[in-house]
Amino acid sequence: MNDQLTHMASQVTAGKLTRREFMGKAAALGVSAAMASTIFADAARAAGPKKGGDLKLGLQGGESTNSLDPATYASSVPYMNGRHFGDTLVEVAADGTIEPRLAESVEGSSDGKVWTFKLRQGVEFHNGKTMTSEDVLKTMQRHSNEDSKSGALGIMKGIASMKADGEYFQVTLNESNADLPYLMADYHLIIQPDGGMDNPAAGIGTGPYKLEVDEPGVRHLFSKFENHWSDYGHFDSVENVVINDSTARTAALQSGQVHMANRIEPKVADLLGRAPTLTVQSTPGRGHYVFIMHCDTAPFDSNELRLALKYAINREELVEKVLRGYGSIGNDMPINAAYPLFDETIPQREFSIDKAAEHYKKSGHDGSPIILRVADAAFPGAVDAAALFQQTAQQAGIPLEIKREPNDGYWSEVWNVQPFCASYWGGRPVQDQMYATAYLSTADWNDTRFKVKEFDDLLFAARAELDPAKRKAIYSQMGMMVRDQGGLICPMFNDFVDAVSNQLDGWETDPNGELMNGQVSRKMWFA
Amino acid sequence: MHPIIKLVSQRIALGLLLLFGASALIFGLTEALPGDAAQAVLGQSATPEALANLREEMGLNRLALTRYAEWLTGILHGDLGTSLTNGLDIAESVGSRLGNTLFLAFWAALVSVPLAIFLGLLAVRYRNRWPDKLISAVTLTTISIPEFLIGYVLVYFVAVKLGMFSPLAMINDSMSFWQKLNAIALPVIVLTMVVLAHMMRMTRAAILNVMQSAYVETAELKGLSNFKVIWRHAFPNAIAPIVNVVMLNLAYLVVGVVVVEVVFVYPGMGQYLVDHVTKRDVPVVLACGVIFAAIYIGLNMVADIVAILANPRLRHPK
Repeated sequence: MNDQLTHMASQVTAGKLTRREFMGKAAALGVSAAMASTIFADAARAAGPKKGGDLKLGLQGGESTNSLDPATYASSVPYMNGRHFGDTLVEVAADGTIEPRLAESVEGSSDGKVWTFKLRQGVEFHNGKTMTSEDVLKTMQRHSNEDSKSGALGIMKGIASMKADGEYFQVTLNESNADLPYLMADYHLIIQPDGGMDNPAAGIGTGPYKLEVDEPGVRHLFSKFENHWSDYGHFDSVENVVINDSTARTAALQSGQVHMANRIEPKVADLLGRAPTLTVQSTPGRGHYVFIMHCDTAPFDSNELRLALKYAINREELVEKVLRGYGSIGNDMPINAAYPLFDETIPQREFSIDKAAEHYKKSGHDGSPIILRVADAAFPGAVDAAALFQQTAQQAGIPLEIKREPNDGYWSEVWNVQPFCASYWGGRPVQDQMYATAYLSTADWNDTRFKVKEFDDLLFAARAELDPAKRKAIYSQMGMMVRDQGGLICPMFNDFVDAVSNQLDGWETDPNGELMNGQVSRKMWFA
Repeated sequence: MHPIIKLVSQRIALGLLLLFGASALIFGLTEALPGDAAQAVLGQSATPEALANLREEMGLNRLALTRYAEWLTGILHGDLGTSLTNGLDIAESVGSRLGNTLFLAFWAALVSVPLAIFLGLLAVRYRNRWPDKLISAVTLTTISIPEFLIGYVLVYFVAVKLGMFSPLAMINDSMSFWQKLNAIALPVIVLTMVVLAHMMRMTRAAILNVMQSAYVETAELKGLSNFKVIWRHAFPNAIAPIVNVVMLNLAYLVVGVVVVEVVFVYPGMGQYLVDHVTKRDVPVVLACGVIFAAIYIGLNMVADIVAILANPRLRHPK
């Protein structure tokens, strides 16, 4: 049987056998459908990507207010637009290493303060101009200068100076940072001609697809850019179709109007996965659904009370009921196994009514209601999650009260303003960036008001430490500090749940973001 | 001056005044919402610096009254301005959205209005017999079910199971006329179901009311057929209330279909407006609000004028 299968597989690789024919013959040999499907996929992959076809993506997260200016990207559709038309200097690969893009190589000085990017030569923008180090410099300036409104402004802060020199682009930092290349992989930092200084929203980049139609909130159509520098980008055209309504997105996928969709609701994912034409891809990521307390505001300034609340949440139940199993439990720190240098030995905090009651008693709280503000804008199912939390907290005698807030304006009026609320973090490629964004004393987004000098020192020490083993030990210590002293209640990490048509091939698991970290239009193809 | 011309010009002047009032109200309410465009755009990633820079760029640091006055001057010169959030020309983007909305409303009206009136007449003809009861039962059922539910049910059975129409009603300029019609088939069916009952019931009630009159009895005694009595004698005298309810429903088809737009992913004005309210994009909200108000006021004015023209006593006031 094996010989025959091998022969058939080689025919697939040679393009002589279609999927239907292969499956039919495999069935005749008594091979199970799942097995045959795997063999076929492997064989087809061995044949290498096929060119052509028009890819359509049904995406949640687009509004008619969206701009093509990379500095403004904050939701899925603009993010995917950027992935199609633009390139960053480097990219974080699925295995967490740095993959070169517009930079051929990156080199850091021994103290980790000066970083030099050797730029790829002969790269063409969609407007016909050739990319130079000046374009790179201006792009980075636009995201970091004084009047920047870029979403990447926060991560550009540590830069002391930048310079363009022939085929090199050099960044000098105030403090050493071993993770700088990861920061440069941020999706906002798309290299634009003249840095996008003159027309940031023109949608011109060096990516595999160039902009054809831009209708914010409706669709964005891109066609293949013939002079693109890399081997990526196998489709003739790629279209982002904005379908914010979850049911409509699923229907469009089922009826073949789109080839893939993001944000499949956990409650329909199982049903959808049974369809023979689709595969539901659940990818563990770094995003986490959280409840955050301000460590400097009463009553949350008492660590005993914070611990009481941390013990009072039933993580398993939340993962099962809110995420329907499409996720994993959290450990009251923003880091999980998807991060490099994660310490697996940190003990998991267990749900315990007794311990919660004990810590609550120690805190000496006067028994007045503890108000938790929630809205589903924080994360899907936040209101349900809060209700479950309330029940278990009440069993421990903690008077948790839920206050529902409107979705509209949640991120400006409630999050980072109110002392106790639901929130969401998308995660960062490396631990340093996650901690620096939200747990450093001076961070703008320190939404738990976690201000511990010792922690800050550890963070800087880890940055300057180039030995991975030592860094891992420092990060482990920092994780424990957040877990035991911080204001973060992290019950769960959510998976990215995408659905992809079986007509496509080339899917790989990538924890960096939804839809293969946005690389689907580059790395996938029609089988 | 002819009294009718006088009446129409009075109405138009009043309408413009109303529009001005509406724009002031919309501006005031949007300003009163918590947060501003800069905060809404940056969302969770807002830092104080980025916020300040964006506010400066959007011109949000100036007085609200100054911004409103500028907007008003602009619109009097036919300039709707540019969107705060994506910098696109408002007239252009609203134009295509409005075109789509009117396209959908036109086809929904073309199907639903004649159908509603015909069903109304039929119900009167077979008053209190089974056709009347059946028509009422079916139309009242469809109006009572929320439109998104009808939409989802149609999408599931017609589009996904039968594969007859597209579940997405996304139309764009590169589509042919027939492709567009095919795309909007499902939303047109849903909208028809939603507005049918209201117009049908009003037609039925208005004509039944007239049917009690002496002249209808005369017509019957003349030996005219039942349907002819209704069509020739009763219907013209019942036209005013019918036009009124038809206009209200037309206005609804233009300004009130955001739910249907979302279900079918239709690129109309409703979703466009909601997106911009969420982002506090005041110039766009104002532009959409004024257009909606103009349509509403305009259609109501037409209803009033038709009602007057249809009534000889109002047409020739003593």
